[in-house]
Amino acid sequence: MNADLSESLRQAVLDAGNAGTPLMIAGSGSKAFYGRKATGSLLETAGHSGILSYEPTELVITARCGTRLSAIESVLAERGQILPFEPPHFGQNATLGGTLACGFSGPRRPFAGSARDCMLGCRFLNGEGEMLSFGGEVMKNVAGFDVSRLMVGAMGTLGVILEASLKVAPKPERELTVCFERSVEQALSAMNRWCSEPWPLSGLAYDGTRIFARLSGSERAVDAVYRKFGGEVLEKGDAFWEDLREQRHEFFRADGNLWRISLAPATPVLDVPGDWFYDWGGALRWLKTDAPAEAVFRAAEAAGGHAALFRGDSGDGQMFQPLNERLKSLHANLKRAFDPKGLFNPGRLYEDL
Amino acid sequence: MVYRVHPSERVPHRVDRDRFLQLLCEHVGSDGLLFDAEDLRPYECDGLSAYRELPWIVALPETIEQVQAVLRVCREHGVPVVARGAGTGLSGGALPVANGVLLSLAKFNRIVEIDRANRTARVQPGVRNLAISEAAAPYGLYYAPDPSSQIACTIGGNVAENSGGVHCLKYGLTVHNVLEVRIVTMDGELLTLGGSGYDGPGYDLLALITGSEGLLGVIVEITVKLLPIPPCAQVLLAAFGSVEAAGEAVTAIIGAGLVPAGLEMMDNITIRAVEDFAHAGYPIDAAAIVLCEFDGIAEQVESDLLKARDIFRTQGATEVRQSTGEAERKRFWAGRKAAFPAAGRISPDYYCMDGTIPRKRLPEVLRRIAELSAQYGLAVGNVFHAGDGNLHPLILYDANKPGELERVEELGGKILEVCVEVGGTITGEHGVGVEKINQMCVQFGAAELAQFHAVKRAFDPAGLLNPGKAIPTLHRCAEFGAMHVHGGQMAHPELERF
Repeated sequence: MNADLSESLRQAVLDAGNAGTPLMIAGSGSKAFYGRKATGSLLETAGHSGILSYEPTELVITARCGTRLSAIESVLAERGQILPFEPPHFGQNATLGGTLACGFSGPRRPFAGSARDCMLGCRFLNGEGEMLSFGGEVMKNVAGFDVSRLMVGAMGTLGVILEASLKVAPKPERELTVCFERSVEQALSAMNRWCSEPWPLSGLAYDGTRIFARLSGSERAVDAVYRKFGGEVLEKGDAFWEDLREQRHEFFRADGNLWRISLAPATPVLDVPGDWFYDWGGALRWLKTDAPAEAVFRAAEAAGGHAALFRGDSGDGQMFQPLNERLKSLHANLKRAFDPKGLFNPGRLYEDL
Repeated sequence: MVYRVHPSERVPHRVDRDRFLQLLCEHVGSDGLLFDAEDLRPYECDGLSAYRELPWIVALPETIEQVQAVLRVCREHGVPVVARGAGTGLSGGALPVANGVLLSLAKFNRIVEIDRANRTARVQPGVRNLAISEAAAPYGLYYAPDPSSQIACTIGGNVAENSGGVHCLKYGLTVHNVLEVRIVTMDGELLTLGGSGYDGPGYDLLALITGSEGLLGVIVEITVKLLPIPPCAQVLLAAFGSVEAAGEAVTAIIGAGLVPAGLEMMDNITIRAVEDFAHAGYPIDAAAIVLCEFDGIAEQVESDLLKARDIFRTQGATEVRQSTGEAERKRFWAGRKAAFPAAGRISPDYYCMDGTIPRKRLPEVLRRIAELSAQYGLAVGNVFHAGDGNLHPLILYDANKPGELERVEELGGKILEVCVEVGGTITGEHGVGVEKINQMCVQFGAAELAQFHAVKRAFDPAGLLNPGKAIPTLHRCAEFGAMHVHGGQMAHPELERF
């Protein structure tokens, strides 16, 4: 399934520009649930796929946007490497492009970096149908503005990502998950204390009853740490983190609104009714609630963080934390700088982008 | 000298200086302004001292409101602004413009808050990099990025340049260690980018502002991530009979799944200079040495050292030493850290370049640097952040010899072009500034440059912030391209020549 469709994608963007018809960009559609509904004719990117280069000793992989995340991960696994940001797939056919456009990162994020942290460079189409290339395949690169990282999490509203180069990392020799029964206050306090001490952590979550801590490193180091750190060993630790990442954990098996709230990890419990699940040592909080969107946004903002309606319906179409007027106008300026005709995913991120 | 302000990068205005000083005085007071030539002199250059320009006016605001007011007044009158921290930058990013305000953030020198529970520090931009780690140390925390100027450079400048250091492979660049910044845009608006958590709403403007070299906004407050101080660190010193063998060994270390906290390499000319100067105990006959440090908990460091020692031996190291304690570890590093001053001792002047290459191309790049060095008759030593591919060739020269600096700059430019050719970049951590603005035309095509300018306009439509830096105009590239023909292909054939 290797094909270079960049020319036909470019043509589609030029045609859309000429016709003035917006485009709704989609890879496999695994993340269609996320974000506002975009309007426009479908621009399919899943066919533009293939790993273009992989240098295990340079810690870099470059692939086309339609490449399946699973394909990338299995190629990396053959050489004992991983994507450090442990991206959720949310579907067997999840593609690299969609993952980056959504900017999703999994449980390892606080310890190993996010999707945007791992982004080293990309090639994309802007709204004029120009194929542009920024960044590259090296770790350190400060030539020009960091446009590639700006693409991560932009929900496809600034351009069609064609290829991306990502930093990869060695898979830890050993990982061990241990649990501790704690109240929520105790859990927040313990998780934050551990993070300020030099434990080799790579995951830290709390499900309302138990803290789950993942320790990573060499066999010897993990054994030694476990003796000091304690806790009850979770037999199927890997499965727990995968279920959390893919939202297959019991907490996520319910209908209704699911909110993602990102804030400072030691923030006390937020005063919004509902069920909570804590990941990223407290910095990422999942909330199931019937509370109105307004109340969730307000609580997140008051804590210096931001909220997004991850799954569900807010009633008024608001999914992402509203921006203040100054930020809104800067977003609009940037959108015009990349996509002056407003072709890409209009309305997917914010109503007027 | 190679760099000249290009006419297309000038921001002309006819504002009367005395009148303008009065306007600024209303906001920052006379204590906050400098205008006599002798007072302006200290601001005429940054760490790239080959280029000097007296600013029109220096403004030293003390509050965010004053920064907002200065920018508003400048915007209203079309006066360009260059922001400056400690002025340690090596690419001329803080070089003043002759008719512009040099906005010094020196008075923003307060650590606002160390948030122990959340492991963050909220600081003003004029706080020194090292001061953050010092303030965090009582809590067992530190700020990871450590550019070699960390004793003097300020965090505002670090964010503007996306500074690196010797620990980037494991701990990342500035962009990976900043959570939130507050900036003032050219129209005087105060914006918060990022958030208190690990990400912010909307576009990742925090990533965009990091490394934007003062072209998009003036950074007035920064929240950085703090990490627990590793309880243990040890370093290996491995000597090799050839640069190729050293390069192979570095590749083998990474290939084995090790993530050293620091992985540095030096060639023979540098080893000799350093040993004479710092007496670090380096083997002066080695063609190259590699320093490889691991940090973390003791058991992890021990297993990593064991693995790495084996790899170095298998890769043909002529000697492998391991630091036996903190004193020896510091001594091994002292040599590396003295590389620049040591170069200054064996040669009247030196010029430090900064490019990044894919690590595997190192032998080829070093060979070509040696050829260029012979061709120009200028000695070049090489210091290499081997872990992340960031190469610092040190060109030795004598500024008193007429024309020598020009030849150094030309040689430096050629080295950067080699970096681009092998798939690397013209700057790994020093920034473009004015120094590498011509090479930007080699690294990027006209469409990418036009996109950069569009981003710039989204923040600063009148182009008043740090004009002539970082992003070349297409006119500049057209002229530069006329001089540099690559593989028979002229850069930017679509543009008219002048």
